[in-house]
Amino acid sequence: MNDVARPANTALNDDIGEDVRLKLFETQVVIREAEQRAYDLFLQNLVKGTSHLSLGQEAVAAGFAVAMKPGDLSFCTYRGHAHTLARGVPVEKVLGELMGRDNGLMRGKGGSMHLTSEEHGVMGSYAIIGAHLPIACGAAWRAQYKGQKDVSVCFFGDGTTNIGAFHEALNFAAVWKLPVIFVCENNFYMEYTPIGDVTAVPHPAADRASAYGLERIVIDGNDADAVYREAMKAYDKARAGGGPSLIECLTYRHSGHSRADPAKYRPEGELERWKERDPIKIYRERLKQFGIADAQIEKIVSGVKATVDDATEKCKAAPIPPLDILTTDVYADGGWAWRN
Amino acid sequence: MAELTYRDAVIRGIAQEMERDPDVVFLGEDIAKAGGVFKATVGLYEQFGPLRVRDTPISEQAILGAAMGAAMTGLKPIAEIMFSDFIAVCFDYIANEFPKSRYMTNGQTKCPLVVRTGNGAGSRFGAQHSQSVENWCMMIPGLKVVAPSSPADVIGLLAASVRDPDPVIFLEHKSLYPTKGEVPDGEIVDKLGTAKILRPGKDATILALALMVPRALAAAEKLAAEHGIDCEVIDVRSLVPLDTQTILGSVAKTHRAFSVEENPRLCGWGAEIMSIIADEAFYDLDGPLVRITTPHCPLPSADVLEDAILPNVDRIVERVSKTLNS
Ligand SMILES: Cc1ncc(C[n+]2csc(CCOP(=O)(O)OP(=O)(O)O)c2C)c(N)n1
Ligand SMILES: [Mg+2]
Repeated sequence: MNDVARPANTALNDDIGEDVRLKLFETQVVIREAEQRAYDLFLQNLVKGTSHLSLGQEAVAAGFAVAMKPGDLSFCTYRGHAHTLARGVPVEKVLGELMGRDNGLMRGKGGSMHLTSEEHGVMGSYAIIGAHLPIACGAAWRAQYKGQKDVSVCFFGDGTTNIGAFHEALNFAAVWKLPVIFVCENNFYMEYTPIGDVTAVPHPAADRASAYGLERIVIDGNDADAVYREAMKAYDKARAGGGPSLIECLTYRHSGHSRADPAKYRPEGELERWKERDPIKIYRERLKQFGIADAQIEKIVSGVKATVDDATEKCKAAPIPPLDILTTDVYADGGWAWRN
Repeated sequence: MAELTYRDAVIRGIAQEMERDPDVVFLGEDIAKAGGVFKATVGLYEQFGPLRVRDTPISEQAILGAAMGAAMTGLKPIAEIMFSDFIAVCFDYIANEFPKSRYMTNGQTKCPLVVRTGNGAGSRFGAQHSQSVENWCMMIPGLKVVAPSSPADVIGLLAASVRDPDPVIFLEHKSLYPTKGEVPDGEIVDKLGTAKILRPGKDATILALALMVPRALAAAEKLAAEHGIDCEVIDVRSLVPLDTQTILGSVAKTHRAFSVEENPRLCGWGAEIMSIIADEAFYDLDGPLVRITTPHCPLPSADVLEDAILPNVDRIVERVSKTLNS
C-alpha cells in the first residue's frame, strides 16, 4: 500500500542503498526464523546435543556477511548458525545438520557447533574458545603471500577476549599486517557470567586494541547499517594492505547461552530493554523510513518463513546418516587406516 | 653420496621442498634470521627470503593456528615448535583442530602441514626441555607421526611429510643433530608408514625409534659378540601410519620382540605395538614381549642422572640376554 508513497526526502541512494538494505533485512530474518525453528526443534528433541542461538544478534552476522565479496572467508564459533546462514548456506542444510540427518551440511558428522561450508566461504565453526583467531590469521597470511584479495573474518564473543589465543592472534596479525578482521560480538555474557565480572576493562575487545597498535572501535551491533558501514571500512583497509581490524559490536542474545538455558542469571528487565532494541525491529523501521512498503517487507518475511517451514519438513523426512560414513575422512585418502 | 649431519639434513630437506613448491612456507620462533636455536634452519632465510621463511613471536598457538589456516586455504606450511615440550601450550591445534577438521566437515577441510619439533633427551636441559612426546601425538586420530633417526631419513621423510595431504608431526631428535650419515645426492623422497630393518637377525626383534635406534644397533652388536644372540633391529620411523607388516614379519622369524622407547613407560608407543603383536602373532612367540623404557618419571638435568634414566646399550643388552636365557 505504501508503494506509491515514498517520502521524497529519503536518500535511497545513500552509501548503502536499497538493494543492500533489503539484503540486510532478509538475512536477519532468515537467521531469526531459522534460529527460532532450531530452538523449537530442540525442545521437541529433534535437535539433540547442544545448540547456541544468535537470536538478537542477527545484525552483526548480516552486516558483515552482506558487506563481503565472494571469496571472503568466515571463521565462526559454536554460535555459528547465524554466520553460516548469512553466507547463503541453505536453511535445510543447517537444520539437517542440527537434526543429525543425512541432508545436513556435514551429514551429521560435525553437528551444531561445527557448521562448515567451504563453498560458501564458511571455513569452519570452532568450539574451542579462541582457536579460530590464529587460524583466520593463517588464511589471511595465504592471501597476503599469494597476492589474493580476499579477507578473512573471524567472529567470537566477549568472553573470548580473555583467552591467550586472542592475544597471540591480535599481535601476530598486527605484526604481519594480515588482511584479517576480528569481530567481537559483545553480548555481555560469557556463558552464565557477566563479562564485567571477569574482565579488567569495560570493553573487552576495544580496550585491548591499543595493546596491538589497533584503532579502538565500538559499534552498535544491533543496527545492521552501522555494522555494514564498519565492515566495509575494515574490508577496504584489509584489501588495501592496511592490516587487521578489531571491531567490538555491542549486542545481546535474547535466548540463553545454549540448549534451553532459561538465563536466570540476568537481572530483571535487562532482556526487555534489549528487546526494545531488537535488530529486526530497528531494521523494519529503517526500511520504512527509506520508503520501503510494508507489503514488500511482509513479502520478504513470509517468503523466509515458507523457506524455513519447507526446510523443516524436508529435514524431518530426510534419512539418517548411513553407518558407512562412520570412519570416512579421518585422513585425506578418505579412510581411517593408521596401519598396514 | 656425501656425509651430512642430521642438522644439515633438516636444512637440506626443507630447502629441497621449498625449491620444488612455492606453496611451501616456513614459520617459527628464531628460525629465519637466527637460523634456529639448534642451527637446523641456517641459510633458509637467505635462500628463500622473508616472505617464505618467517620469524614469529613467542606464540605457539598463533604459529600452529596460522599454519592450519594457511594449509586449509592452499599453502603447505612447515611450522617449527622449538622444543617438543612446548606442544603442551598449543596442544589444542594438535589434538582438536588439525586432526578433526576433515572428519567433522565430512571431508571439506584439508590440512596439509608439517610441525617440526626438537624432541628427546640428552642435552641436560631438564624435565621441560627434554621429553619424548611422540605418544602425545600418536594417540590422536587424524595425525601422522614421524621420527627419523638418520640424516638420509630426515630428508626423505621430511619430503614425504611435506608432500603428504595430512597433518604430520615430525619429531627431530635433539641429540641426533650433530650425528653424521651418508646421504645420496639429488632429490630424496621416502615413504611414510614404512619401517626399516637396519640389522637383520634371527633370534630377537628389537624395535626402536630416533635416538634409541643407534643404541639398539650398538646393543645388537654387543649381544652378538658377547652372548651369541643375533638381533634384528627395526627402525620404526613412522608411528602413524604404522608399518605393522614389517614388524609382524620380523616377529614371525625371530619369535621374540623388544621395544626400546625413550618415552616414559605408561602408554608408550611400544605398548601399542606389543598389543598388536600379542593379538596377531601370539602363536609366533617363544617368550614374553618386553618393553625397555624410561621409567614413569620426569627427566632429571644432571648428566649422570639423565644418562642413567634413559634406556642405554647396557640396559638393552641385559634385558634381551636375560629374557632369552631364562
Ligand atoms: C577453551 C574453552 N574453554 C571453555 C569453553 C566452554 N565455553 C563454551 S562457550 C563459553 C562462553 C564464551 O563466551 P563468549 O566468548 O562471550 O561467547 P558467546 O557464547 O557469548 O557467544 C565457554 C566458557 C570452551 N568451549 N572452550
Ligand atoms: Mg558473550
